[in-house]
Amino acid sequence: MGRKLLLNKAHVEGILTYEVYRREGGYRSVEKALKTMSPDQVTEEVKKSGLRGRGGAGFPAGMKWSFLAKPEGVPRYLVCNADESEPGTFKDRYLMEFIPHLLIEGLIVSSYALGSNRTYIYIRGEYAWIVDILEQAIAEANQNGWLGKNILGSGFDCQVYVQRGAGAYICGEETALLESLEGKRGNPRIKPPFPAVKGLWDCPTVVNNVETLAAVVPIINDGGEEYAKIGIGKSTGTKLISACGNINKPGVYEIDMTISVEEFLYSDEYCGGIANGKRLKACIPGGSSVPILPANLLLKTAKGETRMMTYESLADGGFATGSMMGSGGFIVLDEDQCVVRNTLTLARFYRHESCGQCSPCREGTGWMEKILKNIEYGKGKKSDIDLLWDIQRKIEGNTICPLGDAAAWPVAAAIRHFRDEFEWHVDNPVESQHRNFGLAHYADPLPVPVTA
Amino acid sequence: MAEEKKLFKVTIDNITIEVEPGTSILNAARMIGGDVAPPAMCYYSKLKGSGGKCRTCLVEVAAGSTADPRPMPKLVASCRTNVMDGMVVKNITSERVIDARNGVVEFLLINHPLDCPICDQAGECHLQDLSYEHGKEGTRYEFGRRTFHKHDLGPYIQLHMTRCILCYRCVFTADQLTNKRVHGVLDRGDHSEIATYIEKSLDNDFIGNVIDVCPVGALTDKTFRFKNRVWFLKPVDAHRDCPKCKGHVTLWYRGDEVFRVTARKDQWGEVEDWICNECRFEKKKTSDWVIDGPTNVNRHSVISQGQYLGLKMPTEVMPEVMGGRQPRLLMDIHSVSEVNRKDIDLSKIEGPAHSTDFEKPRPNGQQAIDNNQ
Repeated sequence: MGRKLLLNKAHVEGILTYEVYRREGGYRSVEKALKTMSPDQVTEEVKKSGLRGRGGAGFPAGMKWSFLAKPEGVPRYLVCNADESEPGTFKDRYLMEFIPHLLIEGLIVSSYALGSNRTYIYIRGEYAWIVDILEQAIAEANQNGWLGKNILGSGFDCQVYVQRGAGAYICGEETALLESLEGKRGNPRIKPPFPAVKGLWDCPTVVNNVETLAAVVPIINDGGEEYAKIGIGKSTGTKLISACGNINKPGVYEIDMTISVEEFLYSDEYCGGIANGKRLKACIPGGSSVPILPANLLLKTAKGETRMMTYESLADGGFATGSMMGSGGFIVLDEDQCVVRNTLTLARFYRHESCGQCSPCREGTGWMEKILKNIEYGKGKKSDIDLLWDIQRKIEGNTICPLGDAAAWPVAAAIRHFRDEFEWHVDNPVESQHRNFGLAHYADPLPVPVTA
Repeated sequence: MAEEKKLFKVTIDNITIEVEPGTSILNAARMIGGDVAPPAMCYYSKLKGSGGKCRTCLVEVAAGSTADPRPMPKLVASCRTNVMDGMVVKNITSERVIDARNGVVEFLLINHPLDCPICDQAGECHLQDLSYEHGKEGTRYEFGRRTFHKHDLGPYIQLHMTRCILCYRCVFTADQLTNKRVHGVLDRGDHSEIATYIEKSLDNDFIGNVIDVCPVGALTDKTFRFKNRVWFLKPVDAHRDCPKCKGHVTLWYRGDEVFRVTARKDQWGEVEDWICNECRFEKKKTSDWVIDGPTNVNRHSVISQGQYLGLKMPTEVMPEVMGGRQPRLLMDIHSVSEVNRKDIDLSKIEGPAHSTDFEKPRPNGQQAIDNNQ
């Protein structure tokens, strides 16, 4: 049984309310931070914990905080990115829906560390009912003196506001989020300047994911070093994984990053194996943007080592044979799933969600979708596969924001690992319309190079 | 004692120059000029906040600065990246840049209607120039091109959304030049479009400048629509006392008739002074203007055809880029052509050149008959 830091109290009845949350030890970290620590000490503690951004990129949170410019007389802002729109990811939703006070608590401590007197939660428009839950929690925190003026007599003022987005995936990109929060069109900004220098209303700003900010609570309660003891290497602490697809028990799981992918996928504590007795074909381990992996490369790395549920191990082998931890959206495909169709679905999503600001992403995503549609519906040509590869190559790295990369990677990985299936679709245009390519050799153990 | 300003040394394609801190790579490259300057479709030096979107100006930074000589992992948009001291930039000397630029040109063209034969912008279109210089001859796109519902922007400005490359220049122009912007980018992704949300005409005093900043034929002059091809017109600089603007314009003549009025443009195709709608749309008689003389037209433009006087040769940077070596021509036109003779200096010929100008002297010493007389 792994350790749980975020969801350990999630099933206590009435944890949604302030009374129960407080009785279960809530808001202790605010007391500890505001009464006994300086803002810099809080930042130092987060640095020591090795906490990495849970939104997808995995950038060390403490480091991000220390980059924040602190000019005199200019307000600083903390913005919580709750625009969780990555297909396959729903961990923040769970956190905010069931233990909203944990996020508010994390926000107060983080705001104190960063000196943010006005803190925003930017939440995606589709989470309409969660806005009410969060506002209720904020109101309760206000009534009990955890927010407002001079919190706990420390002289620190803080207020939290919830802002609803209008449902655009791109507004989860931090600079697009800031634009949208300012009331403008959600186009990503050109960096530099980075938000740490010029963010919300041109003031220094830190944007963090919901889970990252919630994880600040156990870090302050137990200390950063204690937190860093959980996990392997640079993957410290616990991570929420939202598992979905063809598994027996889809849902949100908190893992301490010490278990293997195989254990996560097959043990009864977590996903409980592939549904309906089918076999594993492929998996997208970190939300739709990260490269898809065939079964053999998912469970073992190219070197033949067991792949673990950590940032490093999932990325082992680079994009050639690895993937990414991403935002923790664990999407499992069984033998009946078609990788071409799956790639088409993702390409359609990115075409629809591209902001249209820069040319490679605006034009390239639509082009890829059209070609994939042809291949999927039996109208593809062999040359289309190479064309797809060339298009994704010309999008990746040449765009303003990472959405271009996110659109290119799934297509690249699908062609890299499942080229046979694409070719089968082209060669058998009629058969591919009513039958699946199936598992083929994708679960066969890979030959491991002998090392001296 | 005045403090001496420290200049940044930056090397672009093996050519080193010193520029003021805060200069973008693109502007530093423009100071060198010639082929070293990256193409720019969305950046406009007179519009604040423009640039970074079209990705045609991508360059490779081989060394960030003297202090931190690490290369930048990704290609960067040269219009929005400032130079650092000791920076080494590769533009046309980088395979990656050429490849990426090819890609961007292809992306820009896949949904472009390619209706140059009926487009008023043809001949002064930056997308035409870009695709000639950096594109490939064929397309790999086999699908229907994007179309839009038509929007009427009033009596002066014609919008062809299918030609638009979404550079946002017209949005910045309306924001920064007019009191109230009534058009903008609607929708998202590949279906985003320039439009007014409610059908409305653009009628601000300075809104006509969106025609000049538009790099393609998406926004054109309705009063000039289908009247003439730009290369048949003769551009003449002129001015008038205008209460609203500086009144420095270019008149486009055919015979004695002024077909259109535009702002004067510099060598990068950017407007020198914004002009008002009255100058642009209402004053189309020679008597309204004081003529300053013929406009110098850039050699690369088709508008310069037939105008050899006052010809300006483009900066030749290739030998310097190649470290002192002369570029080797794969084929010298003069070695195969019987018509052109390189001993005849084109700039010495008055008016359009005729075949008689290139005729060889007859053996009996008789000169060719001059058709012009």
